[in-house]
Amino acid sequence: MSFRHWVILLPLVAALLSCSGPSNDRPGKKHTITIAGSTSVMPFTEKLAEHFMVDHKDFVIDVQGGGSTAGIQAVINNTVELGMSSRPLKDAERRLNTITICYDGIVVVVHPNNPISELDLDMIRQIFSGRISNWRQLGWVDRKIDAVSREEGSGTRGAFEDLVMAGKEIDDGTMVQDSNGSVKEVVATDPYAIGYISMGLVDKKVRPVAINGVAPSIRTIKSGRYKIVRPFLYVTNGELDTKPSRFVDYVLSQEGQQILRNEGLVGFYD
Amino acid sequence: MIDRTVLKEHFVKWVLVAFALSSLLFLFLIFIFILAEGLPLFLKVGVNKIIFGMKWAPTKGHFGIFPMIISSFLVTVGALIVGAPLGLSCAIYLSEYAGKRARMLLKPAIELLAGIPSVVFGFLGVIYIVPLVRNYLGGSGFSLISTSLVLGVMILPTIISISFDALVSVPRTYREGSAAMGATKWQTIYKVIIPTAKSGILASFILGMGRAIGETMAVIMIAGNALRIPTSILDPLRTLTGNIALELAYATGDHRLGLFSTGVVLMLIIMILNYIANFGIKRKIAK
Repeated sequence: MSFRHWVILLPLVAALLSCSGPSNDRPGKKHTITIAGSTSVMPFTEKLAEHFMVDHKDFVIDVQGGGSTAGIQAVINNTVELGMSSRPLKDAERRLNTITICYDGIVVVVHPNNPISELDLDMIRQIFSGRISNWRQLGWVDRKIDAVSREEGSGTRGAFEDLVMAGKEIDDGTMVQDSNGSVKEVVATDPYAIGYISMGLVDKKVRPVAINGVAPSIRTIKSGRYKIVRPFLYVTNGELDTKPSRFVDYVLSQEGQQILRNEGLVGFYD
Repeated sequence: MIDRTVLKEHFVKWVLVAFALSSLLFLFLIFIFILAEGLPLFLKVGVNKIIFGMKWAPTKGHFGIFPMIISSFLVTVGALIVGAPLGLSCAIYLSEYAGKRARMLLKPAIELLAGIPSVVFGFLGVIYIVPLVRNYLGGSGFSLISTSLVLGVMILPTIISISFDALVSVPRTYREGSAAMGATKWQTIYKVIIPTAKSGILASFILGMGRAIGETMAVIMIAGNALRIPTSILDPLRTLTGNIALELAYATGDHRLGLFSTGVVLMLIIMILNYIANFGIKRKIAK
């Protein structure tokens, strides 16, 4: 075998070696907790995991996305210990355990220059179903409303359909963006746009609209006056092992809940 | 000793053959995979209901992608309206007028344009084109016209380089003959050179269309992704590629299969375009 053969063979050998899976025994006996599911819950879980791992050096928490449905499926298949869901379980999934970690308000947002600060739930329904299509109908300028929604299958869209649309379909002419961030970006740049995003992501670039006279805030969600709220859930298959349950305990502790609160979510201790 | 050398030669040859065929294998595997995932839904729901269905709501059992097929064609034609005149003019300048120095500057610049990632085009579109359209033409700015403008620029390298090849391959004797008849340079270009290179130029347009119809990232960012067939150039629209990329993250079950069905239709369209383009190029070579 000359050098030239090795040039050809080496990549092959390397490719073969890389096919064998990663080995599980890490030095120092670390406990790995795998979590997967809703991309709405994922950033908050990641934040919690970071803080948790600072104090618990022997834990490695692996947080993945995939969406609520995929996360729940992974729990059923026992491929992950914890699933994240931003929607209540469906009938077929009822046998799983759920742990509510916090609540998230869905907020209807407009451009900061938009003078409309309050809408009825029914008006919002009519805007997104295409029945109200001009800002003049709501007492502003004669200009088409640029409604922005989320894509089919998104947890935020699912919650919005359940809590706001009440059976009415979102109009086909509505623009669609594939993340809370993109919806916010469109609303922040287009003065005539209206969209809906997680309350945790509202900042100065967009303005939340009061619904039926109630402005979205942690207080109004806690008191139950602001109605467009969804739970963020952890889903488990049966009782948790002691290792993953230590993370869940942390999330439900004062400290964990304070982290969620700082992110704009509504926890249990307020 | 000779045997070993011969053996070595054979070994190298067959290794290379295997690698060469692997690209064909990948194409074949992709083909099989997309068909295996995409066809079941066609059988279950019906070809008509998918291809000519007007409503896309996969979680509620509607899988119609007709509006997206139309939208894909609209942005493609729009991109061609923007990119074809620009690209062809550039190719004519490069092959007929440009001196060595201009060519040395322009050719690498065009190659660089081809290398810019599409997300950068999308970002520039969102930051500059969309607000311009919104402020001066109306609508939300996320529209057919914004998408066409950006795609038009993105397909320029394809159109320029293939048209250029077609134009320079016109034999010198044609130009000399035309000049000998007393034709001016421009008369030579539009009466002799362009007609001779016609099939190559058409092929460049069709390959440009293929590039535009397959473009995803920039389109998602600029098109607005509404499900209705646009009724004006200022309306948002959703293309086939955009549909797949937008919804793949959360899709499960039939929804996921629906996206693969979208992929099957897209693959067929691109195969037809490529077939036409290759046919055009082959005719040029035969001449």
